[in-house]
Amino acid sequence: MLAQIHVTFKEGVLDPQGKTVHHALNDLGYDEVLDVNVGKYLEVKLDSVSEEEAEIRVREMCERLLANTVIESFRFKLVSTE
Amino acid sequence: MKCGIVVFPGSNCDHDCYHILKNILKQDTHWLWHKDSIDLSSFDLVVLPGGFSYGDYLRAGAISRFSPIMNSVIPFAEKGGKVLGICNGFQILLESGLLPGALMQNHTRKFICKNVYVRVESTNTPFTQECQDKSVLDIPIAHHQGSYYIDHHSLIDMEEKGQILFRYCDSKGNITDSSNPNGSVGSVAGVCNEQKNVMGMMPHPERCSDPLWPNIDGQSIFNSLIAQG
Repeated sequence: MLAQIHVTFKEGVLDPQGKTVHHALNDLGYDEVLDVNVGKYLEVKLDSVSEEEAEIRVREMCERLLANTVIESFRFKLVSTE
Repeated sequence: MKCGIVVFPGSNCDHDCYHILKNILKQDTHWLWHKDSIDLSSFDLVVLPGGFSYGDYLRAGAISRFSPIMNSVIPFAEKGGKVLGICNGFQILLESGLLPGALMQNHTRKFICKNVYVRVESTNTPFTQECQDKSVLDIPIAHHQGSYYIDHHSLIDMEEKGQILFRYCDSKGNITDSSNPNGSVGSVAGVCNEQKNVMGMMPHPERCSDPLWPNIDGQSIFNSLIAQG
């Protein structure tokens, strides 16, 4: 099983990288761009666990290490690799 | 005073801290290796030095926070032992939950290495008791992730409890936007916990404490700790 994890800044936390990319896209003429949030994408390969177990374990991994929940939020999807 | 300097893979200010405490201030100073979990009860001070522990991978301090020595440092701090985190050490203290808030990428998106002024906001702590209240210290910074963040409500709470120890300022001690190098909320440069035995700061006092260099403003912080014993 594969956990596809996205970690991004929480609403209201200044993201200087996102802001810079936003301005760059506007400069390229993409005026429709309203906001950009730059985050992290992680793929975590898991060994023989049930989906329910994986859901609990991956959430714990995010809370303990992969995201700093003071400033970041996370979301993930579990994908079967068989 | 018995001092321990933690060495993580990637620490690069550990020798500076050791030199100041051992050779300049003549304190009983020891190395603490990151892979060891040891009883720290005989120590008066543990220093988490600056650097790039574990390559700053994931987030600065995120991996170091789980190294074996932290299993000793965290209970040491919880029992009232004094812990000083400088730069990367500050990041580790935040990641480990010993201090509130987080450090983010500088709002300039650049690594900043220069001398800055900070104003002493509270002298009622073991880290600042030898400083003059509202005095201005000239201390270098060198970081990429030094923008302190905490939500507005918690910041006010910390101010009321005297947990904000240093703010970036100009040479006269005025807190202005242009004297805030990294976009920290409230121009915060250093904070302590509610019990006032754990302190983290982005500026490097160990880089301005050797009298070979004309600026020894950093000594007031180490001297505060020594006066405390």
